[in-house]
Amino acid sequence: MNSADSMNRAPLFLLYLNVLIIASCGLVYELLAGTLASYLLGDSVTQFSLVIGIYLSALGAGAWISRFVDERLARCFIEVELAVALIGGMSAPVLFLAFSSVGAFRAVLYGIVFAIGTLVGLELPLLMRLLKEHLDFEDLVSRVLAFDYLGALFAALLFPMFCVPRLGLVRTSLLCGLLNAAVGLWGTYLLRPLLSSRGLSGLRGRACLVIGLLIVALIKADSLTTLAEERVLGEPVVYAESTPYQRIVLTRNVRGFQLHLNGHLQFNSVDEHRYHEALVHPALSAVKSPRHVLVLGGGDGLAVREILRYPSVESVTLVDLDPGMTTLADRFPPLAELSRSSLKDRRVTIINEDAFLWVGRARRTDNPVRPAKETDRIVRPTEKFDIAIIDFPDPGTFSVGKLYSTRFYRMLRERLTADAVISVQCTSPLVAPRSYWCIVKTLESVGFHVRPYHAAVPTFGEWGFVLASPTPLPEKLSLSPDLIGPSRFLTDSVLNSLFDLPPDLARVEAEVNQLNNQVLVHYYDQEWGTMK
Amino acid sequence: MPLTRRELIVTLLGAPALLSAGCSESPILPPAGELLGQSLEIGHRLRDGSRPQPNSDQWRDVGVAIVGGGVAGLSAAWRLNQNGCEDFVVLELESQPGGTSRSGRCELTPYPWGAHYLPVPLPHNRDLIRLLDEMGVVESLADDGSPVIAEQFLCRDPDERVFVDGEWIEGLYPVKGATEDDLAQLAAFRKEIDRWSAWRDASGRRAFSIPIRHAADDAEVLELDKRSMSEWLRQHGWTSPRLHWLVDYSCRDDYGLTAEQTSAWAGVLYFAARLKGPGAEHQPLMTWPEGNGRIVEHLAAQAGTRLKPGMAVTRIRSSQSRQRLGAVDNDAPISGEIGYEVLAFDTATDQPIGFRAKSVIFAAPQFLAPRLIDGFAERTGRSAERFEYGSWLVANVHLSRRPRESSFPLSWDNVIHDSRSLGYVVATHQAGNDHGPTVLTWYHPLCDDDVKAARQQLLKAKWSELADVVLTDLERPHPEIRSLVTRLDVFRWGHAMIRPRPGFINNPQRRAAARPDGRIHFANTDLSGIALFEEAFDHGLRAADEVLASQI
Repeated sequence: MNSADSMNRAPLFLLYLNVLIIASCGLVYELLAGTLASYLLGDSVTQFSLVIGIYLSALGAGAWISRFVDERLARCFIEVELAVALIGGMSAPVLFLAFSSVGAFRAVLYGIVFAIGTLVGLELPLLMRLLKEHLDFEDLVSRVLAFDYLGALFAALLFPMFCVPRLGLVRTSLLCGLLNAAVGLWGTYLLRPLLSSRGLSGLRGRACLVIGLLIVALIKADSLTTLAEERVLGEPVVYAESTPYQRIVLTRNVRGFQLHLNGHLQFNSVDEHRYHEALVHPALSAVKSPRHVLVLGGGDGLAVREILRYPSVESVTLVDLDPGMTTLADRFPPLAELSRSSLKDRRVTIINEDAFLWVGRARRTDNPVRPAKETDRIVRPTEKFDIAIIDFPDPGTFSVGKLYSTRFYRMLRERLTADAVISVQCTSPLVAPRSYWCIVKTLESVGFHVRPYHAAVPTFGEWGFVLASPTPLPEKLSLSPDLIGPSRFLTDSVLNSLFDLPPDLARVEAEVNQLNNQVLVHYYDQEWGTMK
Repeated sequence: MPLTRRELIVTLLGAPALLSAGCSESPILPPAGELLGQSLEIGHRLRDGSRPQPNSDQWRDVGVAIVGGGVAGLSAAWRLNQNGCEDFVVLELESQPGGTSRSGRCELTPYPWGAHYLPVPLPHNRDLIRLLDEMGVVESLADDGSPVIAEQFLCRDPDERVFVDGEWIEGLYPVKGATEDDLAQLAAFRKEIDRWSAWRDASGRRAFSIPIRHAADDAEVLELDKRSMSEWLRQHGWTSPRLHWLVDYSCRDDYGLTAEQTSAWAGVLYFAARLKGPGAEHQPLMTWPEGNGRIVEHLAAQAGTRLKPGMAVTRIRSSQSRQRLGAVDNDAPISGEIGYEVLAFDTATDQPIGFRAKSVIFAAPQFLAPRLIDGFAERTGRSAERFEYGSWLVANVHLSRRPRESSFPLSWDNVIHDSRSLGYVVATHQAGNDHGPTVLTWYHPLCDDDVKAARQQLLKAKWSELADVVLTDLERPHPEIRSLVTRLDVFRWGHAMIRPRPGFINNPQRRAAARPDGRIHFANTDLSGIALFEEAFDHGLRAADEVLASQI
């Protein structure tokens, strides 16, 4: 029995299915790399252009290399298949890991893209040469190319519609790897007549090893909590980090990226400008030529970005517990882009400490003077702030609840000038009215004059803030004419309309939040708890 | 015979602790720590009969010699000072004042070594409110005279949680898994406590009031002292294990006794005296990172250099007694000639020193009175036999970070349900410090019936053994604790707390013990039969008032 006869008996459509799978997986790897690069590095046009360019050139390189394969074509095809399975399959997890630990992330990225392209470029020429003995040349070219392009279409549709939303990037990559490896293993049977018996079991063993590795990676990936988070957060995770204080997760979808702290959404790049303009500008509009600004929380630098648009601002002191947050922009370039690297501005001093302890300690004159070697401006304990922007997470835990207490506001007041204005983000007055009005009442109870206001932030819904000051607040506000750059959300009339509360946001009864009752945490738990 | 590790763990923590203790005889110990305790030196000196006599140039004249710089002695000094009587000394054996309210300090935070909270006093306790006001703790007074306490001194929420069946739940009563009957019994118990909080005698005095000097002594109330707290519960038909646990925990917490050992009078007092009236919540608690050490610090600052730490008193004798032996009639007016010689030595330099005092306030535990006061038993006919003192084991556990947890979060007080320990309080809690390193103060009263044997066993145990017991207990809720400990200090309190066992409150010996012996006045919480800050404070003020009255 000669080998050509047995090949003829193999159902041809199975071979075309192979082509389809190979083509689909190849395109998926390319799309994965492009998506990942634009998620992690931002600037999607550049990232996609580069990835596509490198990938296509690598395909050519692969095709060219194929001519140097003279003998044992079938074995070589299977080896290539297994290599694609391994490199392509592991590409997304490896790139995610490299992003947080390897300096030369771009080198790793383009290296992987080129490797996959080369291997995929080898696949089709090898397969065509395997089949050419059994098929008419014209028939061969037309059918293989047709299935190739069909596979590409299939992948192009599947990727955005199913893979990314349902599987996430990591699992998509691993599953494609598994498909490639299955094609390889299957090939050892399909092309059995073309393979020598020597080393056959070794080849099959390697195929099983690759499949095993990918399955282990798939299971491991699940236990890395990223995928569990993806399921909860509903978007692919592009960055995750556990600091001693919290879990920082960034997700990404086609419209933008999102920051989650301990599973709670902090902003969405698509509409964060509404939130941050509403948080910052009412307070800064209420003070004439604000000079010294205190930001509590807000380690993402987005509130600071808005504050730095005021030329009168001489200093911004940002107190955020977690150095992991205040340095996030260094590790995630799209955030640096979004915040315009505001935290790198020379006017900004960053203090990584629990704001409760900092505000309490800074009141006293025994505040330790910061070491002289630091080039940052030294914050003197006697310095008072004209503005405080309070951007803490929602009061869902006791350790955050204390930052909304009468004690905290009293301590803060001692750090403010007599006519300072503060603004406080205070959860959704629509979802959690008692929580919202509890914060307002707590501020009132320590003698602040307050003006509650709200803004629609599509990602969050109806959101609540409050403006507070030791002195009465102006009735009408107007944006400073010196404001640098355009505002995307606020105009003078929009600004003033924020203070009109519709009837469904009307005041409700609530107690004052104190350290020893933490009623706010209980309200918040009740109100948001029933939403889940 | 020394105990094995397992035996020591079972003895101190109870059998459930063995589940997590493992079998190893050489467990992982903290990298640093030491064994601390009350000075035994004075006991040894007295036993040896070594009482060095001061030379004539080592004598000092003073109006009032206060023996003991715990809360009672310091409170007496405070009262004298406030009334313009500044001629006094406070002689404290230990290098640090405060007695069982003392505290320690590390770079991160101060922490308690004993008493660590005070319930907000009811309006009638004006003296205590005045002290708190002086400390800047009171913001204002409500219409009924109740103090409005500044927020930062009220125990920050979450104040309490309990570890039951592998998870932490809020509060102390283990609600989870409680049957309807359990809850009905809890409600009935609360109702009975409410009844006692509303009870008034013919002259309008409460049945249970702190300080207990202001409480009624009607037979109906004192009847409770005849039985144990457990018997009292059973008499009411309450058998719920959860209720018995709650009450037992409370007795161990406040008195260092199990509910079976505690007088029902003291047990009911714990619950009823801190209710303003029926239906009221338990008075809120005030606390500081260093516990009641903060109050000690304030009182000690008022005493200034008149507080002499490291001064071991070896003998108190009437300067008259050397000339004329005989009983002094307490009721007879005392001539200005009478005075006392208080002999002491400086524990640091070993130098003897003597004080000639017009009056003495003996602010040490009663068991020391017959040993230190010449002719005490003969003159007064009193002995301290019935005064029984329990021992405590307290540890401060320094952690590099908080243990990881998933159920109800770290609170101020953290109780382990089926342990014989009381759990721990968190020193950084009140300061609002919620991240990174911290210090846990772990408490364990030795509730043995045989106090002497238990005390001896405690004093014999090595640091490594006690540190292991502490960690074995903490390991149950926090399996990773051993890897987080940077330092663990253990304090052994030999005579920590007076024990209010049934019959002691009514005992004539106790009632007689507060009466002055000539111009020696007595002030200590043990005179009340219960170890509470408020009682020590009250006795200090009373003794000072007696001295002031005698000076007129």
